[in-house]
Amino acid sequence: MMDVGLLYSRIRPDEKLLLTELRERGHEVHKVDVREATFGLDAPPEPLAECDVVLDRCLATSRSKYASRFVEHYDLPVVNSPETAKVCSDKIETTLALDEAGVPTPETTVAFTRDSALEAIESFGYPCVLKPVVGSWGRLMAKLESRSAAEAVLEHKETLGHYEHSVFYIQQFVEKPGRDVRVVTLDGEPLAAMSRSSDHWLTNAATGAETAAFDLDDEAAQLARQASAAVGGGLLGVDLMELGDGADPDYTVHEVNHTVEFKALNAAVDVDVAAGIIDWLEAKFAAEDDAATAAPEVEP
Amino acid sequence: MSDANCVTCGGDVALPGDVEVGEIVDCGGCGTELEVVGVDPAELAAAPDLAEDWGE
Repeated sequence: MMDVGLLYSRIRPDEKLLLTELRERGHEVHKVDVREATFGLDAPPEPLAECDVVLDRCLATSRSKYASRFVEHYDLPVVNSPETAKVCSDKIETTLALDEAGVPTPETTVAFTRDSALEAIESFGYPCVLKPVVGSWGRLMAKLESRSAAEAVLEHKETLGHYEHSVFYIQQFVEKPGRDVRVVTLDGEPLAAMSRSSDHWLTNAATGAETAAFDLDDEAAQLARQASAAVGGGLLGVDLMELGDGADPDYTVHEVNHTVEFKALNAAVDVDVAAGIIDWLEAKFAAEDDAATAAPEVEP
Repeated sequence: MSDANCVTCGGDVALPGDVEVGEIVDCGGCGTELEVVGVDPAELAAAPDLAEDWGE
């Protein structure tokens, strides 16, 4: 039996599935609402003190980044690690990590002024994509199809947004076959995958894309493993796009999500996703606990 | 199943038996998004608005 901490500010259906699975298996769950908790330097919020592992399921990226960092500071195991949270919560960090690991990812340029951003956009040609550095669920994504549109969006971001919106993340537009692929991985191993299809260029489940189970080929599975390793592993949602619609496509990885939602995936596939996650959690922390308590070798 | 009242329209909102503090439910009457802030007795509050850094 494990004592499992859960950092949250909203119990989504995803968290409900995890809570149900944990309790059915006899684990003790300690919920910590990060809107109410405070995180000091010396000791964790009380419910977390005796936890074997803490699950970071914060809805807000900012809270996830710092709460997981504090949990690590308290010497408590946390899923996902603050290093993973830091990379995955920032599209620039994610892109750099993927590129440095040799994982194919869409061509990306970052600029810090409207003029240099426009220059980069014109260099990509139209259409290209402008994304917020921090964001999810398809929000604030712009497909730029003309110079006039680019000028307007850049002006709006620079004028109306806070300073982070003046970090312009510009990416090639990838012609995908009307869908992208979401893979949930557990320390790199694919648990389940789904396609997300839409007539719209945004194919997030959150924006109403149709989902279906997706059979990963060897290449996609390997890229998911590599993408996971690039950002530090853990419980992740790796997003890939197929390049072309042939029988044997190449792929590019455009995003990795560290507080991955999986209710849509769970409905689309035959795999019990929550059960798979808890299986992994039990194996991981039982294995780490065994290693920590193993007796040291005695010198003759 | 238990009931609580919508904080906007006062209508009854049915809650499942396994409802959790922190869950979000919609008022069937006025459509307000509500957060479960208490389970025994059941209590609802207006759910926080979507913030820019929310997501996965």
